Amino acid sequence: MTSRQFNKLATRLGFWLLVAFVVVIAVFPFYYAVITSFKPSSDLFRVELWPSTWSLANYVQVFTQRSFIQAIFNSILIATSVVFIALLLGITASYALGRVRFRGRSTVLLVILGVSMFPQVAVLSGLFEVIRALNLYNNPGGLILSYTIFTLPFTVWVLTTFMKQLPMELEEAAIMDGATPWITITKVFLPLMWPAMATTGLLAFIAAWNEFLFALTFTLTDSQRTVPVAIALLSGGSAYELPWGPIMAASVVVTVPLVILVIIFQRRIVSGLTAGAVKG
Amino acid sequence: MASVKLDKVNKVFGSTHIIKDVDLEIGDGEFVVFVGPSGCGKSTLLRLIAGLESISDGELSIGDTVVNELPPRERGVGMVFQSYALYPHMTVYENMAFGLKLAKAAKETVHERVMATARILQLEELLERKPKALSGGQRQRVAMGRAMAREPRILLFDEPLSNLDASLRVQMRNEIARLHQRLESTMIYVTHDQVEAMTLADKIVVLNAGRVEQVGSPHELYQRPATRFVAGFIGSPTMNFLPASLVAGDKRGCRVRTAGVGELALPQDTAQHSADEALTLGVRPEHLRLAEATGDNAFEIVNVEYLGNEVYVYLEPKAGDTLLIHRSEAPSPWRVGQRVALVPDPEHVHLFDGQNRALTVAPARAVA
Repeated sequence: MTSRQFNKLATRLGFWLLVAFVVVIAVFPFYYAVITSFKPSSDLFRVELWPSTWSLANYVQVFTQRSFIQAIFNSILIATSVVFIALLLGITASYALGRVRFRGRSTVLLVILGVSMFPQVAVLSGLFEVIRALNLYNNPGGLILSYTIFTLPFTVWVLTTFMKQLPMELEEAAIMDGATPWITITKVFLPLMWPAMATTGLLAFIAAWNEFLFALTFTLTDSQRTVPVAIALLSGGSAYELPWGPIMAASVVVTVPLVILVIIFQRRIVSGLTAGAVKG
Repeated sequence: MASVKLDKVNKVFGSTHIIKDVDLEIGDGEFVVFVGPSGCGKSTLLRLIAGLESISDGELSIGDTVVNELPPRERGVGMVFQSYALYPHMTVYENMAFGLKLAKAAKETVHERVMATARILQLEELLERKPKALSGGQRQRVAMGRAMAREPRILLFDEPLSNLDASLRVQMRNEIARLHQRLESTMIYVTHDQVEAMTLADKIVVLNAGRVEQVGSPHELYQRPATRFVAGFIGSPTMNFLPASLVAGDKRGCRVRTAGVGELALPQDTAQHSADEALTLGVRPEHLRLAEATGDNAFEIVNVEYLGNEVYVYLEPKAGDTLLIHRSEAPSPWRVGQRVALVPDPEHVHLFDGQNRALTVAPARAVA
């Protein structure tokens, strides 16, 4: 074996070792959560890479709690609504910001960017007052409103950069064909913007699905909780016991839909993100 | 089909005045070409007619209607874009049907019109394809089909051939010319390529810095350019310009002295000009004869280009740094380094005054 071949082999080996390391770091916690969720409660704290006994007791316990089913339903309702509203507003706003020349356009874009930099905690109390005033406290509407506020800046920015890259002549061709701006957006631009919409929509969905602080603050009763809060509030047999088994089971249940969504859209996410970032 | 009339049309973008007092009449069924260097406003003028830009001042009529305030779809115009701008997610059929559907035409009408247009442009085989599966020439034809499907009264072309390679460009140029003969509709065509302008146009409009320099048939523009700009723009290789001064002259003709050439008797009317006035003499490369040098009137040959059917001979000028060009049929006896005398053909010499306007030829001696 020449030294050159050896070097090549070593480089490849090193590369795959690095990949394995990264994968383990990223995936192992999730893997451990999954196997923990399948352990009977007596085995919970025994350290092992493969459970010696399997049990579905944790899942049964989670799914027999009516409040958890309700929380999943709430989360789906809220996240879907946020995605829908954010995309609708985002597309129309990006048409205006990306296509129409008007005074103060860049100021508007900068303000949108600025808004997205406020940390959640900073606006929490103010937003709480707003939601109380709008009579949306302890109501999915309150969460939809606050999540949309936090998702929109990103949605608008990505869609605007994407919209700016669509050729001007395409819009002019539509105008010559007699299209109104609304027809141009829906019939010409929308079909071309699917990658960007899949990206921003999915990210908005994930953000709304995982959000904890607002969900905890703006809801009061179990029937209005979303999944992250419901998981955190799962209670064990006594005040001194954390029900790790059911928590793991619930975490797995709510993570699976996200993983499936990401796998379905992964190719579009990549093309959408790069299309928004780099020209060409 | 319709005529178009522009009356003192102006376009101002912020502080830049793009189109300045353009007056123009385009007859029904005419093929008009707007030509000029980049930035002369020819595309803007086309977009004003299309309705993609608003008119700052003046009046634009199509047929008998003033259309200044009408949106593009109500003007009855179709436009072919430089980049084609086909809808990438639609098939060829859908691309051509889009405008008709938006105009709420009945389904049968849409189908009938699209099929008729496809037949004219030989697109029948391609109707189910998406634009990305088409070649450049096919995309070009689809773009024309989309503009034609709504049966507009006027077809507008914005540099439609500039994205094609040279041989395809010649082929599409022919197709457009035949299309015009067949449809007999009014067409307005923008290009920076004077060959396209000369070959396609019934009428050429030469634009320069937002103004109309000259309007006329290709023949008129070539034979009698009204300004030095038009003279230099039309024709390839470009016209030779030599500084000259007026010796004497009246209504019927004049004598002009040019450094290195000597005195020439020309048919231009110089009644309005006085002796010793500085003029510019213009002569096309094919109207310049070369002869054996005699005395001081000699120019050095710096390069000879052989093109197969013809030869371009480049000469060192007496003033300025633009080489003079002589063009003749191959073979040519001239070699680099030789010193030769210039003999312009007086019947084909143009004279321009200090404002770069052409002097007119005395009527009795006018050349066709």
